[in-house]
Amino acid sequence: MTIVDDSTTPGLAEPPTGHGPRRDPAPLLPDPRPVRVLGTDAAAAFDPGLLHELHRQLVLGRRFNQQATTLTRQGRIAVYPASTGQEACQVAAAMVLSSQDWLFPTYRDTLAVVARGVRPIDALTLMRGHAHSGYDPYTHRIAPLATPLATQAAHAVGLAHAARLRAAADPASAEDLVALALVGDGATSEGDFHEALNFAGVLGAPVVFLVQNNGYAISVPLARQSAAPTLAHKAVGYGIVGRLVDGNDVLAVHRVLSEAVAHARAGRGPVLVEAITYRLEAHTNADDASRYRPAGEVDAWRARDPVTLFERHLRDVGLLDDARADAVARAAEELAAHIRAQFDAAPAPDPGSLFEHVYAQPTAQLREQAADLAARLALEADGTDGGAA
Amino acid sequence: MSATTTRRTTGPTTSGTTMVAALNAALRDAMAADPAVHVLGEDVGSLGGVFRVTDGLSAQFGERRCLDTPLAEAGILGTAIGMAMYGLRPVVEMQFDAFAYPAFEQLVSHVAKMRNRTGGRMGLPITIRVPYGGGVGGVEHHSDSSEAYYAHTPGLHVVTPATVADAYGLLRAAIASDDPVVFLEPKRLYWSTEPDPIAEAGATGAGEVAPIGQAVVRRAGTSATLLTYGPSLPVCLDAARAAEDEGLDLAVVDLRSLVPFDDETVCAAVRATGRAVVVHEASGFGGVGAEIAARVSERCFHHLAAPVLRVTGYDIPYPPPMLEKHHLPSVDRVLDAVARLQWEA
Ligand SMILES: Cc1ncc(C[n+]2csc(CCOP(=O)(O)OP(=O)(O)O)c2C)c(N)n1
Ligand SMILES: [Mg+2]
Repeated sequence: MTIVDDSTTPGLAEPPTGHGPRRDPAPLLPDPRPVRVLGTDAAAAFDPGLLHELHRQLVLGRRFNQQATTLTRQGRIAVYPASTGQEACQVAAAMVLSSQDWLFPTYRDTLAVVARGVRPIDALTLMRGHAHSGYDPYTHRIAPLATPLATQAAHAVGLAHAARLRAAADPASAEDLVALALVGDGATSEGDFHEALNFAGVLGAPVVFLVQNNGYAISVPLARQSAAPTLAHKAVGYGIVGRLVDGNDVLAVHRVLSEAVAHARAGRGPVLVEAITYRLEAHTNADDASRYRPAGEVDAWRARDPVTLFERHLRDVGLLDDARADAVARAAEELAAHIRAQFDAAPAPDPGSLFEHVYAQPTAQLREQAADLAARLALEADGTDGGAA
Repeated sequence: MSATTTRRTTGPTTSGTTMVAALNAALRDAMAADPAVHVLGEDVGSLGGVFRVTDGLSAQFGERRCLDTPLAEAGILGTAIGMAMYGLRPVVEMQFDAFAYPAFEQLVSHVAKMRNRTGGRMGLPITIRVPYGGGVGGVEHHSDSSEAYYAHTPGLHVVTPATVADAYGLLRAAIASDDPVVFLEPKRLYWSTEPDPIAEAGATGAGEVAPIGQAVVRRAGTSATLLTYGPSLPVCLDAARAAEDEGLDLAVVDLRSLVPFDDETVCAAVRATGRAVVVHEASGFGGVGAEIAARVSERCFHHLAAPVLRVTGYDIPYPPPMLEKHHLPSVDRVLDAVARLQWEA
């Protein structure tokens, strides 16, 4: 094929309004080899205090996932999408953020919410079925867990943009905040994901998108989801930086996310990070993963368990001995016992709450409906036949 | 800053003020009064919106306050949600009724529910302006009446002005509301005029803005009551005038707010005549009129001399412009319905 050289044809070489090619894509392109830190010289750069904290969080996180899964078997949690196998992403996502930052989690990310400081019982309120969200988003700077896929990504962009608007309008109250949106691999196919990245790029908003690519959207493997070279490559189409990281290497995730957050905070624009990981459990307790993935595949990923990989590293460099491992294991058991106790002590939800907070002020119609339910409940409490009327 | 002190920005002219100018004044005054108010949407900046409702706002308040966004309605509303989470008061413009649909998931799953799902901790004071309805010769996808989708979604307020004064007052109220408001602007009435509507809107008495949730009796009457809103109000007023020739004295109620619904004003107006017709452009099946007819029947049954009737658009996709006049409620169709209200009984 001959490509015509039109550079000498008047009127064709340069579009007069400058909406031709606008930037060099090279700096945005992700390295297709995922960033790894464990087993490399880069691991030595980490402060031992941080390493111990990461380890503690990983072990507690694993125990949290196990305890929540057990509670589904006991019928005390309606549904739990475990992040077992993805703890490196969950823990790092929470730990790289500062107090002024915001986290936008999905249903998969209860552990990240707990790692950022929410009480486990409150983080699990949605899954317990008591209320749609159990924590104060403003206290923790965590949006409610989002279930409609990728919708939360645009919220993160809007919030980050709003913070910059406020900073421009009123420098005294400026907060150098970054919003971190968590997304699954399947959710990257949603229009809202595309729109959020596009808005982030155009607005230059301080947002980081972390795609936890665990290979599946319920049963559908990534190959059916996207023909992109990597999901991180999607960044380039929006003029934002893409990065690819080994999601089971907690040091790599921590480093790449820290750099992405610093990049966004410095006003250099959004970053899309893809972390390649695996969920070792089914999609939720209601799912049967054996219908769509072979046991051998799961075993291969168990051999790359993020907790085990990290413990091996810590022992290799002399930062973990049996005494420390035992102490952390005891802390994990205490967490599990604490969660069980919180579940035992939690009051039943109040039916009166159904009509609260639909609007700032209830409408006349809602007041009527609330009175109707209250009257029925009063009749039931009296032991009278409430259905007679 | 009160509405009355800022209204001079777009004052009445000798030829009167259009609904577009009143909406523009409401936005301008709201932005001047509260730095948290931000306008965003497609072409809202230097163009001033395809209907010019945002004319001059980016010049006066800067591009940050009146933002031309990428073309993506879910992205616009999703971004507005995040802005509201951070304490801003976004006013989103959807370019046309049928082009608001891409934002439906953000609207229904987040805008409407956020206050409830966070136990009241996170309200979203977002105003979503949607030009709606037909009668303007628009080709397909430019004339939908989508109010039933919104009104069926708990957590949203749904209001629609039918007069120039209400366009100003209700938009100020919507922007001031701590709840999300879907603000439906009848395109057909965009260029209708009133002498000094903004003064009227500013003079509601109690506060600087007209309250959301109150219907108003536009015309008292004794024979039968027409219940309507938005673009169908002028049709009903014309029908009431025409009915005078037949010796009928029709009352006309302008609902203004579909959610919250003003049962009190509506039922009082129906009880006063014992006969009611609901009139709207949207298709009848499952429409807002069905809800109104049911509510009136439940509450006013013993005052009614005839079943509550509806005059609505047919249950068809919105027709092409050369045929829309057959679809839209007309004076004749309204009068025919009135004639069927069992007068001889
Ligand atoms: C808009 C939307 N469509 C469908 C669903 C149902 N659904 C819940 S999770 C899920 C799979 C998502 O996969 P992925 O994004 O890879 O996240 P993962 O569950 O693997 O963490 C689906 C289809 C949903 N929640 N939202
Ligand atoms: Mg997945």
